[in-house]
Amino acid sequence: MQSAKVPWEVERKLVVKAEEETDPRFGHRPEERPVQGYVRFGVINLDKPAGPSSHEVTAWVKRILDAKKAGHGGTLEARAQA
Amino acid sequence: MTGVLPIALEEATKAVQALLLSGKEYVCVMRLHAETPEDRIKSVLEEFRGTIYQRPPVRASVSRRLRQRRIYDLNLLETDGKNVLFKVGCQAGTYIRKLCHDVGEVLGCGAHMRELRRTRAGPFAEGEGLMNLHEISYLYGLWRETQDESFPRKFINPMEKALELLPKIFIRDSAVDALCHGASLAAPGVLSLDTEIETNDAVAVFTQKGEAVALAKALASTEQILKMDHGFVAKSQRVLMPRGVYPKAWRGAL
Repeated sequence: MQSAKVPWEVERKLVVKAEEETDPRFGHRPEERPVQGYVRFGVINLDKPAGPSSHEVTAWVKRILDAKKAGHGGTLEARAQA
Repeated sequence: MTGVLPIALEEATKAVQALLLSGKEYVCVMRLHAETPEDRIKSVLEEFRGTIYQRPPVRASVSRRLRQRRIYDLNLLETDGKNVLFKVGCQAGTYIRKLCHDVGEVLGCGAHMRELRRTRAGPFAEGEGLMNLHEISYLYGLWRETQDESFPRKFINPMEKALELLPKIFIRDSAVDALCHGASLAAPGVLSLDTEIETNDAVAVFTQKGEAVALAKALASTEQILKMDHGFVAKSQRVLMPRGVYPKAWRGAL
């Protein structure tokens, strides 16, 4: 069954199956990730300029940030502003 | 500016599939080909709520079969002569240019899309840290120059943000590295999970610290998983965390 609710308004509840402490020696909370990991595990919320394609803009961001790889999350029409 | 285009960097590109499949929201200016009373426009727009059928446009990059798309919400905001401003919340892969055309057909006068701005792509919304190219380049420059770590945090979101709308399963430290090696998630590894997960749902698997481990497919429902003491509960679809962040703890690891 598909929910009639807008997906970004669905509220979820967490239920606990078992309890355990996490070992602070391994990993990091995402917001405390060491700064070298920021680009590596990062996502930009970009306001796309009109004109260039989503693909082109993605390549620009990759170059600006000197990133090894970049990919966008859903094509926005290049000529969306007529 | 045409709005929200989330761009994933390096390892985070593995999480992009979650965004491609998430719902989008747009504000659109539609141009009608004849003057039409506002109440008529309003009622026709409302008819497009729910499930619609769309044939992708000729120049689309997908197969041009007629397909169903879900319109979660569609509201008239303003009219000005033949220009109609509306807001639409829709399933991924809905063509708004096509939607305008089809609304025009139903109205009888014809219509086309004049301007479009995306206000949301899944968890990424317009009001939440949207940056333009100039700002990104400026902040990156400041970061490089000053080495001040507060700058990257101003414009780069952790990839976990991209998974915000997916149902989640949190797991034990000891279960993490097995998933990083591609293993399925077994019931004893689960610590907590979201309600209303159904078999075959897309889920995201997290550490207790909130780091993304993998995108997965649920092999059981929330209720079933809570009762299971052995067996697999989710099949890994895309591993997001590199190996070796957490220690190997599965049998035979030493």
